[in-house]
Amino acid sequence: MSLRILVPVKRVIDYAVKPRVNKAQTAVETEGVKHSMNPFDELAVEEAVRLRERKKSPVEDILAISAGSSKAIDTLRTAMAMGADRGLHIESMSELEPLSVAKLLRQVVQDEKRNLVILGKQSIDDDASQTGVMLAGLLNWPQATCASKVEIEGETCTVTREVDGGVETIKAKLPMVITTDLRLNEPRYTTLPNIMKAKKKPLEKKTLKDYGGIDVAKRLETLKVTDPPPRKGGDKVENVDGLVSKLKELGAI
Amino acid sequence: MLSRTFVRARATFSVRFPGRTNLSTLAVLEQNNGALNPSSLSTLTAARQLGGEVHALVAGINTENAAATAAKVKGVSKVLQVQNEAYERGLPESFAPMVKANAEKGGYTHILAGHSAFGKNVMPRVAALMDLQMVSDAIKMDGNEEFTRPIYAGNAILSIKSTDKVKLVTVRGTAFQAPPEDAEGNNAPVEAGEDPKASSPTEWVGEELSTSTRPDLSTASRVVSGGRGLKSKEEFDRLIPPLADALGAAIGASRAAVDSGFADNSLQVGQTGKNVAPQLYFAAGISGAIQHLAGMKDSKVIACVNKDADAPIFQVADAGLVGDLFEVLPELTNKVKQ
Repeated sequence: MSLRILVPVKRVIDYAVKPRVNKAQTAVETEGVKHSMNPFDELAVEEAVRLRERKKSPVEDILAISAGSSKAIDTLRTAMAMGADRGLHIESMSELEPLSVAKLLRQVVQDEKRNLVILGKQSIDDDASQTGVMLAGLLNWPQATCASKVEIEGETCTVTREVDGGVETIKAKLPMVITTDLRLNEPRYTTLPNIMKAKKKPLEKKTLKDYGGIDVAKRLETLKVTDPPPRKGGDKVENVDGLVSKLKELGAI
Repeated sequence: MLSRTFVRARATFSVRFPGRTNLSTLAVLEQNNGALNPSSLSTLTAARQLGGEVHALVAGINTENAAATAAKVKGVSKVLQVQNEAYERGLPESFAPMVKANAEKGGYTHILAGHSAFGKNVMPRVAALMDLQMVSDAIKMDGNEEFTRPIYAGNAILSIKSTDKVKLVTVRGTAFQAPPEDAEGNNAPVEAGEDPKASSPTEWVGEELSTSTRPDLSTASRVVSGGRGLKSKEEFDRLIPPLADALGAAIGASRAAVDSGFADNSLQVGQTGKNVAPQLYFAAGISGAIQHLAGMKDSKVIACVNKDADAPIFQVADAGLVGDLFEVLPELTNKVKQ
């Protein structure tokens, strides 16, 4: 069975940037802040490309998808520079909740006859870790989350998952939803020739109107975004004795 | 018949407290080999804070002990027990339809579970099946439809209001104190829950769990964590366990230490690993990247040893020592032992 892979990618504030809450306390400041592909999604793209390179199951094509503002197109181009064959951008002015994204993805899976979806286990902005599992539920497909090893032979996927206390291995048949954990692989850097090639790869643009039948209304209303309570750290001690007595004083030992 | 009695009981409740809705919560607990996962008990604390009745759900084989433990927890008014091997491994394909069946039968207004590997694997699937937008990793119940949760690796705190008819929430274990395990005084009835006998297309093949006699990382009152500064697995194993033993602490690690093979993946503390909030968090050779701080900055006391005086970890540490790990750790271990 050949693999028809869908890789959803999200544009998020770069992982190395310390986010700042805006003055109105309605959101985190995104204007003029460096953005990049969600790190877990890079792992997902990389794994899709490696599945093709491993040649255990033929890969028919890898479709990268992103929903969001037009800036998400850059993220799709990065995915294509890494090896995705084509891109699909669904323009959305407002931020979509995981359930809405999962519903859009279900439609795309059906339209594009996908049999494998690889997603990041969570996006580092919302930290929800819901979308992949919701998609599997909506499709009634088997799921393997937090994958640290993926083997696909014929129709059988064997996935090692990171769980509390260690790892577990599960097995299921395609079609399937897999989400990536950090130890799955090391994403490749995009090279200039590949970035140039990616500009010529097909990129389809749609809007939420093209998915008019899908309810993407928000269910969660943001009341407030605030800074976390600051910690009063910064106390240094001179030596080990100082450390021990300080910890005793603080009641920690 | 049962459900009718239940409805009547709740009706009385709302008469006595006018203005309050018929609130009831289903808390999905984790069990393994018949033992209740102690950290999932904090879900019951969160459930009690919502007000209204609290029912607990345990599923798997040999769940009698787990059900009995849950029945003793103060505030639990019923335990639903589903005895079926199909649910033992928590495979979401069968577990999620089972949770849904129990949630719908009981007509609960809230469904709660821990934001653990299990909760993250199962609950969004329940949410999708029930068409609910789940709230992940809540650290506070603000009434019964408003919740607080961290976003951006804990660098911002989000307050939200859920407009869903049923609120499905996973909670951060360290944000809600678990009821004492040996609590007596409550004796909730244990009843058979709904079993839709859902089968799973996924086959559980095996597991490799790191065995340790040390306290569990997520619930330990003290944690000693090592980072890249330890330089090798040999040094990590030479210096970290003795200090952890002297303190009666669990062992944790930074992502750098895990990626370099110094420590097992399951010991990673941080945004993408475990969240801990012990009485004492001791960071050895950890710089304190945003992603690491996300997993430990709610600790009561943070101590650190690092040779780089400018490492960000010092900004959050209550007691920081600038020094060489390889000299400091053995000395500290000795002095703690005394």
